[in-house]
Amino acid sequence: MFYGFSITDLTSIFVMQGFAGLILFSVYVLMALGLAIIFGQMGVINMAHGEFMILGAYMTYLTSQLFLTFVPVLFPVYFFVAMIIAFCASGALGMLVEWAMIRHLYKRPLDTLLATWGLSLILQQAYRSVFGAREVGVELPEWMMGSLQVTDGIEVQINGLFVMTLTLGITVAVGYVMYWSRWGRQVRAVMQNRVMAGAVGIDTEKVDRYTFALGCGIAGVAGSAFTMIGSTGPTAGQLYIVDTFLIVVFGGAQSLLGTILSAFSISQTDSTLEFFLSGSTAKVLTLLGVVFILMLRPQGLFVLKIRK
Amino acid sequence: MSSDPTHSELPDQLRRKLLLGLAAAPFVGLASGLTAGRAFADVPATSVVNTTGLAVTDTEVTVGILHSVTGTMAISETGSVEAEKLAISQINEAGGVLGRKIKFIQEDGASDWPTFAEKAKKLLVNDHCAAVMGCWTSASRKAVLPVFEQYNGMLYYPTFYEGLEQSKNVIYTGQEATQQIIAGLDWVNKTKGAKSFYLLGSDYIWPRTSNKIARKHIENHLTGCKVLGEEYFPLGHTQFNSVINKIKLAKPDVIYAIIVGGSNVAFYKQLKAAGIDLSKQTLLTISVTEDEIDGIGGENIAGAFACMKYFQSLDNPNNKGFVSAFKKMWGEKTVIGDVTQAAYLGPWLWKLTVEKAGSFDIDKIAAASPGVEFKGAPEGYVRIHENHHLWSKTRVGKALASGQYELVYETADLVEPNPFPKGYQ
Repeated sequence: MFYGFSITDLTSIFVMQGFAGLILFSVYVLMALGLAIIFGQMGVINMAHGEFMILGAYMTYLTSQLFLTFVPVLFPVYFFVAMIIAFCASGALGMLVEWAMIRHLYKRPLDTLLATWGLSLILQQAYRSVFGAREVGVELPEWMMGSLQVTDGIEVQINGLFVMTLTLGITVAVGYVMYWSRWGRQVRAVMQNRVMAGAVGIDTEKVDRYTFALGCGIAGVAGSAFTMIGSTGPTAGQLYIVDTFLIVVFGGAQSLLGTILSAFSISQTDSTLEFFLSGSTAKVLTLLGVVFILMLRPQGLFVLKIRK
Repeated sequence: MSSDPTHSELPDQLRRKLLLGLAAAPFVGLASGLTAGRAFADVPATSVVNTTGLAVTDTEVTVGILHSVTGTMAISETGSVEAEKLAISQINEAGGVLGRKIKFIQEDGASDWPTFAEKAKKLLVNDHCAAVMGCWTSASRKAVLPVFEQYNGMLYYPTFYEGLEQSKNVIYTGQEATQQIIAGLDWVNKTKGAKSFYLLGSDYIWPRTSNKIARKHIENHLTGCKVLGEEYFPLGHTQFNSVINKIKLAKPDVIYAIIVGGSNVAFYKQLKAAGIDLSKQTLLTISVTEDEIDGIGGENIAGAFACMKYFQSLDNPNNKGFVSAFKKMWGEKTVIGDVTQAAYLGPWLWKLTVEKAGSFDIDKIAAASPGVEFKGAPEGYVRIHENHHLWSKTRVGKALASGQYELVYETADLVEPNPFPKGYQ
């Protein structure tokens, strides 16, 4: 397939292909971070994760409409406001869901699967009733569209750069909160041994609630960012849920580093295979690879060593 | 509720009224039958027009609407439901069918194919619907087809689809694949001088069959043309950067895209972000109507060409009336895509066929369908073919940033439907 192309052509294609892989990597990390906290740290199988993302996407849509109607001058920067609103909205909904539903099910992890699946159906229908069954188009400010011309052949997508920066920022923030802050220590303590954590004076219920809300909030930000590259409709969340679980499980559910490495390996395999083969075949091969590795290492790539 | 006594009593009153009404119904029916007989001498007696026990009375005829209003497909099927309801209300205003008002029963297929089959059975067996307007995906049509054939119902199916099907019990008001593909490829070859094509599609039967026809046509019927690549993506795929790089490397004259659903949005947004300028790179699609552009965003797809039979912007008196009536009923902001218009044809074609046959009987309608003409169609004149598909024109439109299409080409004559094209399979 490379016959008859000049060296410069090929180089630029490979650079851009590498960049495509990195964008996919960032997208996967952003998708999976929220779930890595909820599923990895708390052990809640949250099937409604995609719907929390779409709530963020709808918030972005609403914010864009508000800015267009009331303050069109500030439209170029609306996206930053939208992400904050998305975080708050999804986080608040997450807190409500934790209080009303999840906290009664901590001792029955498999039931959270059913309950959150039901929740995802309810949320989908709620979006459909509120925003209509059709997809909504989220308008982007001019500066976020198009690509930067690096050399003659190499073009770098601005929204790709944006997603990468955002992912980096959120990953660093989450890493800091979970591993270096006092609150993060409490979260990890509660997850490792709930009774002991309670005995040393940690308000475990509060920790649970805020951890769940944080995971949902990050899902909201991810959903907000994905309005740049994907669709915003009542069932769009379903597009992400399988990949998200795949990444978290493959990485080893309890390790944030595992999630990142797993996102990296899956995204690189995916995008390289997709370049040389076709879209469907690439997906099949990637999934086969994941299944094979999970057969050898059922616990995922990384495991947290704790005494059970 | 309980603080307001009138509210809690209402159901009781209603029930009583209903019971009274039911008790009186035979007399009312008799009386209205008599007066109707006197006032409208041209209304044929029910015993004549309905010999097979369909839900037809002296004043009413019941039809079914069967689409998904919940689930994934609700995005696409909402427009069809709206169009069918509009057509029914317009027919009723114009006096109904054989002097009878149309009453509809709506069922929800819920984007689930077995549900479609079950609801189809309910509409035919319990409700005795004289006709059913419904289905959208091929999968749902395939699920209900045995039901319609077994219980002898009549389905008006609105979507453009892959062909390879024909049934006495279905009228296909959308285009089959050759009607949508061949004229468009000829046009892009002639006016854009396109010689090389890159075929893309979502991975299921419609895009695969359509691309197969497209490939055969490109390789066997267009001189000096070739296909540079053909690729499929799982439904719901959201990452297209790799294939976009591949397209950049292959430099085709035309990107031929049959991507559907949410993937569409991702594809066009990423195409734009990757710096592929659709005003320079020709892209031809058969899967993006005005409905989809709503989600994609006009600015992301402006410049692309779509091959359809109908665009909302068509400039003819029928369409002007249709668009304004549609917006009046469903709101200023709604858009009308190809399938929505085809769905609108369903009730009208059924009415015209019933009037031609002088009967609601399914067998008589099936026999009378070929040759039925509808001059008031928004897309212009259409006619039903022997094979129960429609003769209609093929048109190419250019997407504008406003989310509308601008008509750039239409075939001079109606294109013959050919669901089993020889040499293309």
